[in-house]
Amino acid sequence: MALTREQMAQRVAQELKDGFYVNLGIGIPTLVANYIPQDMAVMLQSENGLLGMGEFPTGETIDADMINAGKQTVTAVKGASIFSSAESFAMIRGGHVDLTVLGAFEVDVQGSIASWMIPNKLVKGMGGAMDLVAGADNIIVTMTHASKNGESKLLDTCSLPLTGKGCIKKVLTDLAWLEIEDGAFILKERAPGVTVEEIQSKTQGKLIVPDNVPEMQFAQAS
Amino acid sequence: MAGFDKVVSTYEEAMQGLEDGMTILAGGFGLCGIPENLIAEIQRKGTTGLTIVSNNCGVDGFGLGLLLEKKQVKKMISSYVGENALFEKQLLDGELEVELTPQGTLAEKMRAGGAGIPAFYTATGVGTPVAEGKEVRVFAGREYLLEEAITGEFAIVKGWKADRYGNVIYRHTAQNFNPLAATAGKITVVEVEEIVDVGELEPSQIHTPGIYVDRVVLGTFEKRIEKRTIKE
Repeated sequence: MALTREQMAQRVAQELKDGFYVNLGIGIPTLVANYIPQDMAVMLQSENGLLGMGEFPTGETIDADMINAGKQTVTAVKGASIFSSAESFAMIRGGHVDLTVLGAFEVDVQGSIASWMIPNKLVKGMGGAMDLVAGADNIIVTMTHASKNGESKLLDTCSLPLTGKGCIKKVLTDLAWLEIEDGAFILKERAPGVTVEEIQSKTQGKLIVPDNVPEMQFAQAS
Repeated sequence: MAGFDKVVSTYEEAMQGLEDGMTILAGGFGLCGIPENLIAEIQRKGTTGLTIVSNNCGVDGFGLGLLLEKKQVKKMISSYVGENALFEKQLLDGELEVELTPQGTLAEKMRAGGAGIPAFYTATGVGTPVAEGKEVRVFAGREYLLEEAITGEFAIVKGWKADRYGNVIYRHTAQNFNPLAATAGKITVVEVEEIVDVGELEPSQIHTPGIYVDRVVLGTFEKRIEKRTIKE
């Protein structure tokens, strides 16, 4: 079975470490915040200038001056800091954020990512995605393994205009956990019940399959 | 003797000297911390052929979206412009030019512009459409793009509190691009919710020192929320 969006978020959350500063993109990455282990302190960075993003406000505490990078109203946790956009991207570009999680349209075996522009469709802009992928060392891309028509999104070479070149090393799809090394995807884990053959058939770029590819493990739903 | 007193009493005075074809740097992220009354004044004034440097372009009928209604904008330099139907139409009709710029690069272009740095190298955008026509240089084995700074004839900024000397503090995440825009305008205009006595703001807590600010005007603000999200 392909992973649900919630399961994908849960699997990404397993990569969190105590004391991590983390930037979560829009979509599935945002859900990761729901699965931060109780015994772990993690600070969320929002690139509009907030380190220590908290939960959504209530009808009483909502404040137009307090938003996240997705333009949603949010709160700040105790110990948060707020700063300008230049400061925010200095911490991103300077490699100070420990983990960045973002979505994509395509990833290729060279670690390049395409996530912002589809030719002949209206281009809204890259926002902060190009800065995030260029600045972070530890990035996880979350996306579906193939399009609805079955076309692979894990390619030999990205077909869409890039967001960043050679910057991605880890990819979580709804079918697999993969790492990118020396011009190939390495299959590290399978979604429960998904076969290696299915993953192979839906991966267009070079895929290395180790002898043993374990199934992903999930904690019991709490 | 006006000395350091930057306060002007009307919005008309605040935007005096704005002419057709000028470049304006605007603070704000989405609709948060936008200089909403200064934008409305530009609409009232009817200045055209403007180049606007702003992370976003407002929404239909509010914020920078207002300046599209009478086609006052020639070019937008932004990182994300997706929230605006009129914007899409003018772009597709060829009435509006857009230079999409990565958000961090846009912030740094303003910062550099205000700090007297004409250009800087960044890894952001290497190998992407953003790199087209730009110098690439290798430092320590990694490629970087040369990005040029931005300045403008005007900067329009939304602050929380200012004193008469133009020292400004921002409220929460309404800070965003505001202090950067403030440094890079030839004429920097700040509209605020409150003007306090000189000496009332704690010197070490000031975000934008008055040296960058030319005019301060007191306003009242709608502060529209773009994506109202509350806890279930």
